[in-house]
Amino acid sequence: MRAFAYIRADSTDSALRGMGSPTQPDRLNPQVQYLAGGTLLLDLMKLEVLSPHQVIDINGLESEYGRIELTEGGLHLGALVRMSQAADDARVRRDYPVIAQSLAQAASAQIRNMASLGGNLLQRTRCTYFRDTSWQGCNKRQPGSGCAALNGPNRQHAVLGVSDQCISTYPGDFAQSLVALGATVETVGPTGRRSVDLEALYRDAQQPELETNLLPGELITGIRVPAGPWTRNSAYLKIRDRVSYEFALASAAVALDLSEGRVREARIALGGVSYRPWRAREAESVLKGQPLTQANATAAARAAFATARPRAQNAFKVELGQRTLVRALLQVAGQTS
Amino acid sequence: MKGSEVRRGYRRVDAVLKVTGRARYGSDFDGGTSPAHACLVTSRIARGRISRFEETPVRALPGVLEILSFKNLGGRIKPGQTFPTGGYMGSSVAPLDSTTIWYAGQIIAVVIANTFEEARAAARQLKVEYIEEPPTASFAVGHEGVDFEGQTEKGPAVGDAIGAHTAAPVKIDARYATPTQHHNSMELFTTTCAWKDGKLTVWESSQNVYGYQYGLADQLGIPPADVRIVSPYLGGAFGGRSFLSQTTAVIALGAKMIGRPVRLEASRADGFTIATYRAETRHRVRLAASREGRLQALIHEGWEVSSRRDTYKVAGVDVSTRLYACPNVASSVTVCAADRATPGFMRAPAEVPYLFALESAMDELAVALDMDPIELRRINDTQVEPIEGRPYTSRALMQCFDVGAERFGWNRRNPTPGSMREQDWRIGFGCASSLYPTFMAPAAARITLWADGAAQVQTAAHEMGQGVRTVVAITAAEGLGIPLDQVRVEVGDSSLPPGPVAGGSNSTASVCNAVAKGCQDIRERIIAAAVAAAEGPLKGMIAREIRFIAGYLVCAAGREPLRTAIARLGRGALESYAENSPHGTPAGGVAGMYKGQPAFTGGTFLKDRIQCAFGAQFVEVRVHERTGEIRVPRLVGAFAAGRIVSPLTARSQLMGGQIWGMSAALHEATQMDAHHARYVNTDLAGYLVPVAADIGQIESIFVPEEDSLVNDLGIKGVGELGNVGLNAAIANAVFHATGLRIRELPIRIEHLLERLS
Repeated sequence: MRAFAYIRADSTDSALRGMGSPTQPDRLNPQVQYLAGGTLLLDLMKLEVLSPHQVIDINGLESEYGRIELTEGGLHLGALVRMSQAADDARVRRDYPVIAQSLAQAASAQIRNMASLGGNLLQRTRCTYFRDTSWQGCNKRQPGSGCAALNGPNRQHAVLGVSDQCISTYPGDFAQSLVALGATVETVGPTGRRSVDLEALYRDAQQPELETNLLPGELITGIRVPAGPWTRNSAYLKIRDRVSYEFALASAAVALDLSEGRVREARIALGGVSYRPWRAREAESVLKGQPLTQANATAAARAAFATARPRAQNAFKVELGQRTLVRALLQVAGQTS
Repeated sequence: MKGSEVRRGYRRVDAVLKVTGRARYGSDFDGGTSPAHACLVTSRIARGRISRFEETPVRALPGVLEILSFKNLGGRIKPGQTFPTGGYMGSSVAPLDSTTIWYAGQIIAVVIANTFEEARAAARQLKVEYIEEPPTASFAVGHEGVDFEGQTEKGPAVGDAIGAHTAAPVKIDARYATPTQHHNSMELFTTTCAWKDGKLTVWESSQNVYGYQYGLADQLGIPPADVRIVSPYLGGAFGGRSFLSQTTAVIALGAKMIGRPVRLEASRADGFTIATYRAETRHRVRLAASREGRLQALIHEGWEVSSRRDTYKVAGVDVSTRLYACPNVASSVTVCAADRATPGFMRAPAEVPYLFALESAMDELAVALDMDPIELRRINDTQVEPIEGRPYTSRALMQCFDVGAERFGWNRRNPTPGSMREQDWRIGFGCASSLYPTFMAPAAARITLWADGAAQVQTAAHEMGQGVRTVVAITAAEGLGIPLDQVRVEVGDSSLPPGPVAGGSNSTASVCNAVAKGCQDIRERIIAAAVAAAEGPLKGMIAREIRFIAGYLVCAAGREPLRTAIARLGRGALESYAENSPHGTPAGGVAGMYKGQPAFTGGTFLKDRIQCAFGAQFVEVRVHERTGEIRVPRLVGAFAAGRIVSPLTARSQLMGGQIWGMSAALHEATQMDAHHARYVNTDLAGYLVPVAADIGQIESIFVPEEDSLVNDLGIKGVGELGNVGLNAAIANAVFHATGLRIRELPIRIEHLLERLS
């Protein structure tokens, strides 16, 4: 870890002022970083994957961005709400179980108590070749250096949305539940406030060093989840090698609007198998208007993985991802435990 | 003193110190005053040499005091021998000796700075270039008819195994694999070194303080008397702190060079390459039996990986060929050299991989015979090992199976694979034998009994969490007839009377027998004075009828307070220095103990007999029939290990062992990038061990066993027993749940998925 300046922001304006407006921002390794829970930033700073000169602590903005609000139009989560706070919120658990479950199954209790929801959306991959700077082949860390994971140990790597540049997995859980529900994020930056569709925030794997469409200095302030008849009837299923405290091998966020056994609307996103939080629209289309049978769920899962590109050690994720989705769909439909 | 009476109510004597943070571990010492901090720089290549080493700019960075490398330490540290070849080292590679790279993660430089952060930041800046050669990462595929290239040695053999296997009506021929594993103790590898008046003190968690003292003196070329190793508590060891690692001598020299104590706290990732580990193994097991299940042939071939420099092997055929009665046995072990660090002891080094293979094969044989796997073991049970015909001092394997089966509810098992279900989960019951050799080594202890009836025991045993302070305190309290809280125990310091390396589950048996001898000596001196006294209640009594109970000397005719009896000797304290030399100790074994080279005896090493502890492992697994997750709701183990000195700590050891076994079966594996011969999952997020949520119900049952031969106190040792065989029991349970035989560890979802419905 390199020495850095630490600034505490007491207002949005002071946070943005601290960020400044660099003429040539280093988008790969920004020289100024916002600090919320610190569970990711400090980790990557110790590893020297990130080495900002200045860190702006935004935890002082909690009164502004730390609330959970539920209205008829939907759910609003402040970006500084802690993971555990949202996971334990009775309203979230009742009306948006997929969100509460995705948070409760992530990380450890200690991390959930620290980590902010805004920061959680920006988790970086766990790929060793990215996190350990002594490795030479990582296009995400060093554009043009190659991808050692293509022919290395890649059991944990992604099969959906990958490229020849990068096959790393987006490691989070929460973003999947939000992408499934069509959430938007609110941001503030040097050029003002805006609202962005969360799914569109994540870039594809063609240029892996750039992960999001956030502008330099832009700060996530909140998350808006639209209401819908499917949100209450939802779940997050996470499959992993041990029961807790592990990243997903495969996960599925599923929300269903069912009427007399038929699917009016399905909202599906996949995790553990994809380069970014992955909305499975093909699977949703297969189910729309159909009865939720095992056969239809299987067909939907097959559609979701039609474009999968497995490598030597992660081919099982194509099968596991489909089975995970089928199990989640049947579970939400009340047909299995 | 003999027997296996269960003592209840004893606590861990250091429990309060531990839970209040007052127990000091190796990492808790700072070397006196304001130590400087060291950070390691390790090689990113596995084979080749350093071609450029640019240290000048780093020396100018804030806080940097010194940079150690081949440039200033080349030739300064003597290459030591490894432990199996009579030395003290984990590896014969001398640290920072030259530009040659033997394995990835080898230490190539150490940056010393005023603070930890400065040292780490500077270490990152060091520019090193290499000339790289393609490494061999693991087993190299052999030429025709040879599985893997390596050096083969024949193991235990009797009869005509190949012929008997060919002729037998029922046979198994199967291959098994176990992965690379690392100890990953909670406590990191840390070393703090300080020099004062030419003498070196090292604070480092060690399960071998005498070995570290003599080995380090040898590396540095200084007299052993000038080196002291302090390690009162260890935050886990598991074999990983048995041998000197690559760091201690380097940090000692660094402290000398800057004239100030130096402290190293190596990172979790460094721990994967600076010390030893369990290397991956491969096995081919051929079993043959009569239709009644009587074994006719057992052929166990093992392949192991070692480093290019050192031939370390665990050679578990030594025990796997002796577990069952069998007239025709053959075995061999092949060691294959790779560009890796030298492996070393880890948690039942030989038994865990070799019994995975054997006990899986036994289950396969039971299936082939359509026989209950417990019955197959009963038919082949023996009190005499089959190779040389030596008798077991005691063996209660089948009693363990019977007690365990009863508690587990084995009779509820429907033998048809896949037949037991609950909702979406398939249920499997599995079992396997456990065995661990009862090793012993010479040990010494100094017992001091003060005039007030309190006692002190000093011995360089090692408190790794297994409870050595507790068993020593119990032994002394019983030996002197005083309350447990009147015994003070000092361990973990090379200035104390020598105790053996805490390995091979030998500590309790080795050390407690020495302590008991010292107590007996003190008792005899007190009694002699009491019966010879001119007056007093014991005057003229028969010496051997006098007992020491609860602070009194007691016999049928009367009793006398211990303090009164001590006072009669006219001294402030009575002291006894006891040495114990176990049965079979070779000539020079006791002298070796004083140089940190205790001669291990017992186990399978004896000419006249064989001594082992036994157990039966039972597990219930649940496999989700859609997504293939494996859960373990129940572990039941029944173990016969002679006299249990401290039921509380022994049960914890067995329980911990059972969890290890489950971990070895389902979680732990170090993954490697084979192109670079480098590990990739070098943290606790990637190297999986069970979390609390993975652990269901665990029962660890003591099966009563008296063994008057094994040693005076009848102790066998339980340190590693709970771990052995459980990996096979889980694989056997997975087979029972799913019908899928997985012969490779760890068992993962992908092994099951394609073949589940």
